[in-house]
Amino acid sequence: MASQSIFYGLALIVVGAPMLLVAVLGISSLVDRRLNEDTISRSMLATTWIGLVASLAILAVMLVVDTRRVAVPFGNWVAIADSQHHVHYHMFLKVEFDRLSIPFLILSFLLCGTIGSFAGKYMHREPGFNRFYMLYAIFLLGMVTTSIAGTIETLFTGWELVGLSSALLVAFFHERPAPVRNGLRVWTVYRISDAALLMAAVALHHLKGEGNFDVFLGDAPWPEGHTLLTSSQAFWVGMLLLAAAAGKSALVPFSGWLPRAMEGPTPSSAVFYGALSVHLGAFLLLRVSPLLEASPALCIVVLLIGLATALVGTLSARVQTDIKSALSFASLTQVGIIVAEIGGLRLLPGHSPEWVSYVPLVHILGHGCLRTLQFVRAPSLLLDYKELENAIGGRLSTAQASGPRRLSDGLWLWLYRFAFDRGYLDVLLDRCAAAVRSALRRCDAWEHRWISFLSGEELRRSEQVDHMAAPIEELT
Amino acid sequence: MSQLHFSWLELGILIPLAGWLVVGRLRDAVVARHWCLVFTGAALVCTFAEWQDFQTLKTFEAEDRWQPLAQLFGPDLFVVDELSAPLLPHVALLFFLTTLATLRTKIRRFSFSWTLLSEAILLATFSCKEPWLLIALLALGTLRPYWELRARGKPTRVYTLHMGLYVALLVFGQAFVSLEDDQRVHTLWAIVPLMAAVLVRSGIVPFHCWVTELFEHATFGTALLYVAPLTGAYAAMRLVLPIAPDWVLRGLGLISLVTAVYAAALTLIQTDARRFFALLFLSHSALVLVGLEIVTPIGLTGALCLWLSVGLSLGGFGLMLRALESRHGRISLVEFQGLYEHMPILAICFIITGLASVGFPGTSGFIGTELLVDGAVAAYPYTGVAVVIAAALNGIALVQTYFRLFTGTQYASMISLRLGGRERAAVLTLMALILLGGLAPQFSVSGRYHAALALLKQRGVLSNNTEHVSASEAESLVSPEM
Repeated sequence: MASQSIFYGLALIVVGAPMLLVAVLGISSLVDRRLNEDTISRSMLATTWIGLVASLAILAVMLVVDTRRVAVPFGNWVAIADSQHHVHYHMFLKVEFDRLSIPFLILSFLLCGTIGSFAGKYMHREPGFNRFYMLYAIFLLGMVTTSIAGTIETLFTGWELVGLSSALLVAFFHERPAPVRNGLRVWTVYRISDAALLMAAVALHHLKGEGNFDVFLGDAPWPEGHTLLTSSQAFWVGMLLLAAAAGKSALVPFSGWLPRAMEGPTPSSAVFYGALSVHLGAFLLLRVSPLLEASPALCIVVLLIGLATALVGTLSARVQTDIKSALSFASLTQVGIIVAEIGGLRLLPGHSPEWVSYVPLVHILGHGCLRTLQFVRAPSLLLDYKELENAIGGRLSTAQASGPRRLSDGLWLWLYRFAFDRGYLDVLLDRCAAAVRSALRRCDAWEHRWISFLSGEELRRSEQVDHMAAPIEELT
Repeated sequence: MSQLHFSWLELGILIPLAGWLVVGRLRDAVVARHWCLVFTGAALVCTFAEWQDFQTLKTFEAEDRWQPLAQLFGPDLFVVDELSAPLLPHVALLFFLTTLATLRTKIRRFSFSWTLLSEAILLATFSCKEPWLLIALLALGTLRPYWELRARGKPTRVYTLHMGLYVALLVFGQAFVSLEDDQRVHTLWAIVPLMAAVLVRSGIVPFHCWVTELFEHATFGTALLYVAPLTGAYAAMRLVLPIAPDWVLRGLGLISLVTAVYAAALTLIQTDARRFFALLFLSHSALVLVGLEIVTPIGLTGALCLWLSVGLSLGGFGLMLRALESRHGRISLVEFQGLYEHMPILAICFIITGLASVGFPGTSGFIGTELLVDGAVAAYPYTGVAVVIAAALNGIALVQTYFRLFTGTQYASMISLRLGGRERAAVLTLMALILLGGLAPQFSVSGRYHAALALLKQRGVLSNNTEHVSASEAESLVSPEM
């Protein structure tokens, strides 16, 4: 009982600290009383320290009381309970600490704190310093909420916060059109992924009456849960969740947004697309892994998408000409492998050892840390090279990897083009968007003609602008 | 019938009516704005007091304690129930904030006296349950935009055609309802015209062109105040829902669903900010109608929550666009405008109000959308999918518009474009309500759920203590007869 109170208090701190930071930065922005750089940086650092210490404390208490799973219910956010009319609806707020959420939570605080501190120097005297930290705080809150969510609605809330902050940070240097266009592209993919997640949440509500993970993933601690859904239900709900994960983690066919997201400031690129945000899809698949267990078909789809993503990532990384794009594709390759691990390891025959379930999680943690380091070093890569060359007193070797080429020239060229065009995935999505756009334009033109017929006017005021360069062009 | 502790309802209507007479005589536009603000503010206080008073009564329906207007025109003229109680302050707030945020550059074009008259008519409409009086008020409400279009020399044909059809359908349908008053089940001659009238007023495809035309030619404030309170949805609740059979409501829901997705998709290709807003609004008002026609407690609760949320969020969103227009002139979405550095608060509020309208977590629209989708999936799974698609498309469109207006370049201006004190007060009030409604939604949801139950009982879908109606009886009550 006492330990439950401790968990409750610590959970409040874990969620409350980033929430308070968002409130402080948000209110000061809204009332136009901007805080100075030093105060903002210190607030961010303090928040992440508090959150990190609270997370570690939760881990310590869990070890002391020897429990693998702690659920902390915060009660109903909204509840309609009417037994007279048999109407029951509730949106339950619950967080869970287990072997999946605790490492991800600690990683979130650790990396957000480190990069937040780094950004204090990196963004010094940038005009959007306050905006950067505001969005960064929203991201932190989103990551924390997603990591420890005990219900799918709570997870959805965090998921949306991460998506919004990511898209707006990609468009951070918003006085130029290119980052804005890329931000819009990221947002578009995220909205598709959010729609899939919302549909999954609603489907679960429909099937089980609520979105509590206990109810449909079983109440055993992760990774031992067994879903209560049938194999067919698990497959369809899993497919929706996979679509959500694919959008968030840039899996095939949505991989095209990842290099575009590098338009944002380096600190946010590092923590978002090197470490945390890009792994959220994989995290979601790990969280719902009992669904995968119930549906081998779903595992095969996950495995194939992971492998395809890894293939596109590794090929594309080899033809990039700037370090951030190369790193983003390297990151994508690893994410693809992690997703393939999630799907593939569940297909292993018989009773595989328990540690196998932890392989993707360990992969996420290791990859996140390494990639963050690489990203934050990326802007000084040339300087690093120069220092190395000065140290050794000569040029670094630039020799390309050589060896017998086993592929024909034609195939080699095709592979190069395939890699250069990022697996033609953007082309594919652009064609779909173009078809939709064309149909919408026809509808719009019909409407114009219909209104002109009714009103007897040839040209309306809104038509006196150039329709050739419409905003949806930005999507392509 | 229970009585309020004071004549809040009639006072809320009479104050703007008196304001119309007073402000109409003023020649100085600045003074007119000042007095308009006083009258709309007083009306807001009365309607808010009415809402709070009604809450204390714990009843479904109440009327004023003293009713001077009822003595003139007959009893039960204006009543408030769980549906309309929060809608009245909601309407009054929209009028107050629109007046508050009207800049000097717009005060000669925006008629304050007619705004007050519109407010009085609209508050009377939302306080009225008597069908013929309601139809008369709904018809009267259509006149203000028409007069403004005429006064400004703008084309009125599209608006007149649609509103003329709307009023004619209302009268035709209600005439049949009155003729069949002794029958428990109404014929399609009564139901279909009323349903069509609701479709026209709510701008449901193919009757949506008047909305884009109104935004095209009327002042932004007038167009916004005409559509934002969702009068069409109110007409649906009072005139159609109690008598329409399930299949008619399903049809209405299906057309509304198509409109929601279609309008949301069209927002993506708009090149004019006003037309974009009109289509965004159409998509949302159609979503509200979808929920109203699901006819389950959860779906209806979601629709009623969304109704309030859409009014607040898109009302606020419209006020932001209006503030931008006041500084920048008619806004094209073809080029990037890059206005962020000049008006950062407006940019933040723009995106928050927009996100609230698409049901972003933490804003007032979230729970409404969740309930609506949940209710829709329980009733018809395809409906839920379409609602989610519409919300996703609207979300993409609004961020696209945000980027178009506030980013992409740096706007050069010799003068400050920052928000004035009045505008900031209006915008921050809306922000506070949107975030408060999002973070603590239980109060609003409980109230809307009671209203939904009462409406369903009135329709005969649910049984209540006084009138036990079984499911089979309910089915027979609403089955059509030609």
